[in-house]
Amino acid sequence: MKIPCAPIFLFLSFAVPLFAQERPYFVTYSHEMEEPGNLEIEMYNVVGNPPGGNAFFGSTVEFEYGVKAWWTSEFYLDGQSTQNDSTIFTGFRWENRVRPLMGEHWINPVIYAEFEDTSADKSLREVVGHDGVPDFSDSNAVARLNKEREMELKLILGSNYRGFNISENIIAEKNLANEPWEFGYAWAVSRPLKLAASAHKCAFCRERFQTGLEMYGGLGDRHSFGLSQTSHYIGPTMNWTAPNGTTLSFSPQFGLNDYSIPRLYRFGISYEIEQFLSYFHRGGSQ
Amino acid sequence: MRVRILLLLVVAVPLCVMMAKAAADGAWLATVPARDHEKTNPYEGKPDAIAAGRLIFEEHCAKCHGPNAEGTKKRPSLRSERVREQATAGDVHWLLLNGNMKKGMPSWAKLPDPQLWQLTSYLKSMHD
Repeated sequence: MKIPCAPIFLFLSFAVPLFAQERPYFVTYSHEMEEPGNLEIEMYNVVGNPPGGNAFFGSTVEFEYGVKAWWTSEFYLDGQSTQNDSTIFTGFRWENRVRPLMGEHWINPVIYAEFEDTSADKSLREVVGHDGVPDFSDSNAVARLNKEREMELKLILGSNYRGFNISENIIAEKNLANEPWEFGYAWAVSRPLKLAASAHKCAFCRERFQTGLEMYGGLGDRHSFGLSQTSHYIGPTMNWTAPNGTTLSFSPQFGLNDYSIPRLYRFGISYEIEQFLSYFHRGGSQ
Repeated sequence: MRVRILLLLVVAVPLCVMMAKAAADGAWLATVPARDHEKTNPYEGKPDAIAAGRLIFEEHCAKCHGPNAEGTKKRPSLRSERVREQATAGDVHWLLLNGNMKKGMPSWAKLPDPQLWQLTSYLKSMHD
């Protein structure tokens, strides 16, 4: 089926963007929700070269919508391209995040639930169980035979302190094909380069840049919980929000053991459309 | 029995409507803790903070509350006596930080604290 791209791009070019103030995280979720009525379109990519395998490019397109101030829903489309192999669509995910506590606290919990239907996925949006280098050694044709229909739960904990955002995620994932629960973690910390805003419009003001550190990895599964044969990554991360509302993010990440891919390069772009549904109401947007 | 139910409906429905209206009309002010209510704005009286606050407002708030904070069909005006006079700077800062999520106002904790105070400066500076 041919997708009509022209009307979508035309719509996006006229939509009013927003200074999104995104956190520069690729795997970790913060407790901050999408504003109600806003739609954020994001594209996150990862490049890696696993030892003994072919280099790959994993990509995810996300549509994140603020249903309520305390509820965010997100739909993902995943794909990947492997050197000397093929480029394939790998599946979709649908997630929901809910804030059980209204208001801001020292530690803010968010409940996350996701269903995913993927195969041969290389987007590395999370690392759980014994995910590691061996998962990247099969060709796409073989890897596609392993269909993963999974339910994923996360407990997201987030805090803001003196301009720093500190986020921790505890992950539990279950393949619905009678496989054991797998576990993982992610944490990250970030801060804008400047906390107060400038009194004039500017593209490269320090407050438009955020830097931080992100770390994530697997914790085994129900039968073999722990760090044995698990992969872990750490890396600095940064982003810049342009005045037109586009956010660019980048992070080089480093594998911490032989079971991890030595280096991953992540980059992303996101764009937020304020009050998305108002464009479909009579009178258009205000 | 039917009369009782009818009577209950006659009393309960307007009561619920009144309560909902009261909540939309600034009931949040009563929930601000005393410590936050008494906070003072570190940027008070600084024209640069008002200018910066206006830019923050345009980027984050104008779509819902209108380009000049006059309100839109679904969202309230911020050029009200409540924001300008009744609420202290601490109250406005508390609302921005915590939101009023059940009423659709998100938490703006993603903005650093100085920016919330700059936004407060701008909101408190507006006139009818």
